Amino acid sequence: MAFEPKIVGFLCNWCSYTGADLAGVSRIKSAPNMRIIRTMCSGRVDPAFILKAFQLGADGVVVMGCHLGDCHYQEGNYKTIRRIPFLKKLIEQFGIDPRRLRLEWVSASEGDRFAEVVNEFTQEMRTLGPLKLPVHELMGKNGERAKHAVHE
Amino acid sequence: MVTIKIDNHEVQVPEDTPILKAAEKAGVWIPTLCYSDLVEPYGVCRLCIVEVVRGKRSRVVTSCNYPVREGISVLTNSPKIQWLRKSIMELMLSRWPNVKVVKDLAKQLGVEKPSFISLERDEAEDACVLCGKCVQVCKDLVKAEALGFAHRGIKREVVLPFGVNSERCVVCGACVKECPTGHVKMVIEDYRGKKPEFTLGPKTAIYVPSLQAVPRVPVIDTESCIHFETGGCETCAKVCEPNAINYDMKDEVQEIEVGQILVATGYDVFDATHMAQYGYGRLDNVYSSLEFEMLLNSTGPTGGKVQMKNGKEPRSVGIIHCIGSRDANHHPYCSRVCCMYALKFAHLVHDRTKAAIYQFYIDMRAFGKGYEEFYSRLLDEGITMIRGKAAEVAEGYWTDNNERTLLIRCEDTLIGKFREIPVDMLVLCNAIEARHDSDQVRKLFSISKSPDGFFLERHPKLDPTSTTTDGVYIAGCAQGPKDIPDTVAQAGSAAARILSLISKGEVEIDPVRAMVQEEFCSGCRICNNLCPYGAIEYLEEKKISHVNEALCKGCGTCVAACPSSAMTGYGFTDAQILAELDGILI
Amino acid sequence: MAKPRLALYWAASCGGCEIAVLDVQEKILDIANAFDIVFWPVAMDFKYDDVRRMDDKSIDICLFNGAIRNSENNEIAELLRKKSKVLVAFGSCSMEGGIPGLANLTTKDDILKFVYKDSPSTVSTNGGTYPQTHTKMPEGEIEIPEMWDTVKSLDQVVDVEYYIPGCPPQPEQIWNVVSYILSGQPLPPSGAILGAGEKSCCDECTRTKSEKKLKQFYRPFEIQAKPDECLLEQGIVCMGPATRDGCGALCPKAGMPCRGCYGPPPNVSDQGAKMISALSSVIDAHEADEIDRILNQIADPIGTFYRFSLAHSLLRRVDKHETH
Ligand code: SF4
Ligand code: SF4
Ligand code: SF4
Ligand code: SF4
Ligand code: SF4
Ligand code: FES
Ligand code: FES
Repeated sequence: MAFEPKIVGFLCNWCSYTGADLAGVSRIKSAPNMRIIRTMCSGRVDPAFILKAFQLGADGVVVMGCHLGDCHYQEGNYKTIRRIPFLKKLIEQFGIDPRRLRLEWVSASEGDRFAEVVNEFTQEMRTLGPLKLPVHELMGKNGERAKHAVHE
Repeated sequence: MVTIKIDNHEVQVPEDTPILKAAEKAGVWIPTLCYSDLVEPYGVCRLCIVEVVRGKRSRVVTSCNYPVREGISVLTNSPKIQWLRKSIMELMLSRWPNVKVVKDLAKQLGVEKPSFISLERDEAEDACVLCGKCVQVCKDLVKAEALGFAHRGIKREVVLPFGVNSERCVVCGACVKECPTGHVKMVIEDYRGKKPEFTLGPKTAIYVPSLQAVPRVPVIDTESCIHFETGGCETCAKVCEPNAINYDMKDEVQEIEVGQILVATGYDVFDATHMAQYGYGRLDNVYSSLEFEMLLNSTGPTGGKVQMKNGKEPRSVGIIHCIGSRDANHHPYCSRVCCMYALKFAHLVHDRTKAAIYQFYIDMRAFGKGYEEFYSRLLDEGITMIRGKAAEVAEGYWTDNNERTLLIRCEDTLIGKFREIPVDMLVLCNAIEARHDSDQVRKLFSISKSPDGFFLERHPKLDPTSTTTDGVYIAGCAQGPKDIPDTVAQAGSAAARILSLISKGEVEIDPVRAMVQEEFCSGCRICNNLCPYGAIEYLEEKKISHVNEALCKGCGTCVAACPSSAMTGYGFTDAQILAELDGILI
Repeated sequence: MAKPRLALYWAASCGGCEIAVLDVQEKILDIANAFDIVFWPVAMDFKYDDVRRMDDKSIDICLFNGAIRNSENNEIAELLRKKSKVLVAFGSCSMEGGIPGLANLTTKDDILKFVYKDSPSTVSTNGGTYPQTHTKMPEGEIEIPEMWDTVKSLDQVVDVEYYIPGCPPQPEQIWNVVSYILSGQPLPPSGAILGAGEKSCCDECTRTKSEKKLKQFYRPFEIQAKPDECLLEQGIVCMGPATRDGCGALCPKAGMPCRGCYGPPPNVSDQGAKMISALSSVIDAHEADEIDRILNQIADPIGTFYRFSLAHSLLRRVDKHETH
């Protein structure tokens, strides 16, 4: 079977999640590869969630929020525009193609744009192929886990 | 009160009333030229002279500025007065033989021809008769003191200081109005950069904003009112019997606490000067839809008459749809109301003139109840519908009389031909656009807007009146272009939503809130200035941060930022989201 | 009653942890008195076979420092696990890989290639000589441990009861833990972190903290830091906010930024990610270019934010294979 990427999408409640909803309501087709996690604001997306997603086998991660200036909480997405580029630099150093992490603005009225982003990103991930990280093997082998902190 | 006798009439007037006024009350006519109700009498023309008799003594005085006293009697037409007045009149007539007021007064006083010839004879019809009204009104009423007299005796004349346009002149036109001969004239230029909003005609400084205004009371445009410029005038206060004019009223900021808000801030009209090809603001007789609406209004500047700037009825009228709407360069959306009002315009023009009417449309959108029927009716009225967007408007001439007209160049897509159509008047159907300040308003209420700039409803189908902020509703064109029935429907629905919450008496709020786990907070203060609502405070004594739950809206920005995960929340916790991740990535 | 039996072991580490134990100073005598020290290769002569001969679970407490870097570390970790009732990951390396864990930035092959071939101080004839795990010698075959590609923390290879963080753990904290155990009070639940606090390093740091807005980052040598103000506010990347307290904020007190050796605070899954989140939140820029300019001032994100925790972070090691 052809490779189908697993994509995690963190969508802010007010714009992007509503936009995704609109895409659905408007019967706009988009790739089924994205698994969505809703957060109240893109500013809630902790970089650790994204690393965790890669750790757990996501091939790509998209963070979607309201357009700049449109954040329901006024400035949440201004934190996001600093976190995501920072994180991109980090994952690049970790050996993950930075294209596997994306930040997109999708407003509540942009159902079509939502679908476009999903389709386009899915296609890009298909071309990049599956993300294989050493950590997948390290965790898989002995069923070993780290014990302390919230890993439990 | 004093009682005096004027000729054969007795009148009672307050002390100090000028004789002229007392005579008026008594119904006795005294000729005047330089007298004006608006200003202090100046007493310069001397035409109003009367004889005042007290006991055995008699004196000749000017009645316009001589106050009545107890026990005097006044003779307005004694032989002495008759003779004197005639002489004054003759002097005037000999000096200003062609001035209408002078001629009329002379006729009234039985002076046919002056019995002498003035060396200062001025043949002009609008010669200055040196009555001084303009100077007085400018000085006493307007308090601008932009005019004055120069020289004395026969060389006396009214001048502007140093003979140049005075900075002190506020262009009120009071002197023009007062001048009995038309000597003072108003030359309208673009005065001090002020331009009226709609260039359809002048407006007074005190006016009723629109006939539909609620409450329907006049307002003063303090930028144009003379009183606010010079401290003078106050004419409106003088004439207002109930004493309702108050120049000291100030704008006030009132704080009103409310629980719910309906945002119905309306729309702006697309500025057609952005589409220079249509000549708006550059060519005469090109109107925006709102200007034309005003022109058609029976209370408008022409009383509803459809006429061009030169006062003539247009031979043909063009109406171009979709100015700025359905246009990739401006607004991609349809403004929804234009097709129908354009048809209404056509209908009214058809009703009131014999003009040929052309509509230039892309698609005719007659979507509402009764609208399509109206459209068919218009077609029967003989309106020419041209499908195709006009390309440009140029100037042209009618061949029969060489009068200027406008030429609309367009492609008629139904016949597949390029056409040039002459119209005398052009109406542009400007797009409805989001208000220029919608961004500030949006931020104020923490609501979103769609890419077209209009406020965003919570759900396009299921919840079109509420917004993503609880308690804030939207209606009308603030939410998107719509016509009156749709606006009323939406506003009604919003009002019902608001009432239902009021009658319920309490609201449910989202429980998602941030919270500091004190045992983990080190007081690093990373979170301190992240909160857009200022919900995070630093407790100096405890050296930790704290979230004010009443202010927090639960965005979670601070939760993501807290480097020691001391900040957490009710809902959307790290553990919950990580568990979700675990679940979706099996 | 017999004295509790204590073992100490040194895997991939610098030895600082051993010194730290000795740094409890005269109290070392108390330790020696209170415990029966059954295994401590750095201080006394024991052989692995001595341990192998012990009964399972016969060691009451084993303080294991150092990361798992090679097959020997792993073998002894497994051995000590079997023989100990309570196995403690002692120090940053054992708890989360520590400085040796930074080897996860590269690969075993690259390291060997550099050390035995490419390094300027190496004269390599015949293409370099690499260490071999098995070498035939006249006396017989010699076997040396095999170096692993990936450095691991102790709990990534065996189950661990407790952790004592620090590079090295502070002597007072070591003494606190030891005296607590000696007091006979019930031991904390398995998985606990001992000898450290629950907050972050900033709690112990005496520098004054105010609201943070960063426009510029400096490396410590680029700026003369003001003595009383939070270093982070002065643009020096201090890991204090994302580091567990317990050391007494030694570094910031000495004018150097915290490097994060005490590991992440409780509830934090990934020290680096958290710090990145916190730092980017307080960067004072709204334009992409400006943000980029500021972010580029941090040359080595992993080295900066995962100095001690890389091997134990969510992604554990760098992938050298993904193509760019
Ligand atoms: S300009 Fe007119 S108003 Fe002024 S003094 Fe002459 S006549 Fe009178
Ligand atoms: S960021 Fe976290 S640890 Fe720092 S002050 Fe805020 S709540 Fe406390
Ligand atoms: S969750 Fe958002 S709104 Fe609440 S305190 Fe934190 S930053 Fe402020
Ligand atoms: S210097 Fe470091 S440890 Fe001290 S308060 Fe600032 S960030 Fe925290
Ligand atoms: S300040 Fe930080 S780096 Fe220094 S000893 Fe403490 S935890 Fe370790
Ligand atoms: S609410 Fe959408 S980005 Fe903040
Ligand atoms: S009216 Fe009295 S002097 Fe002219």
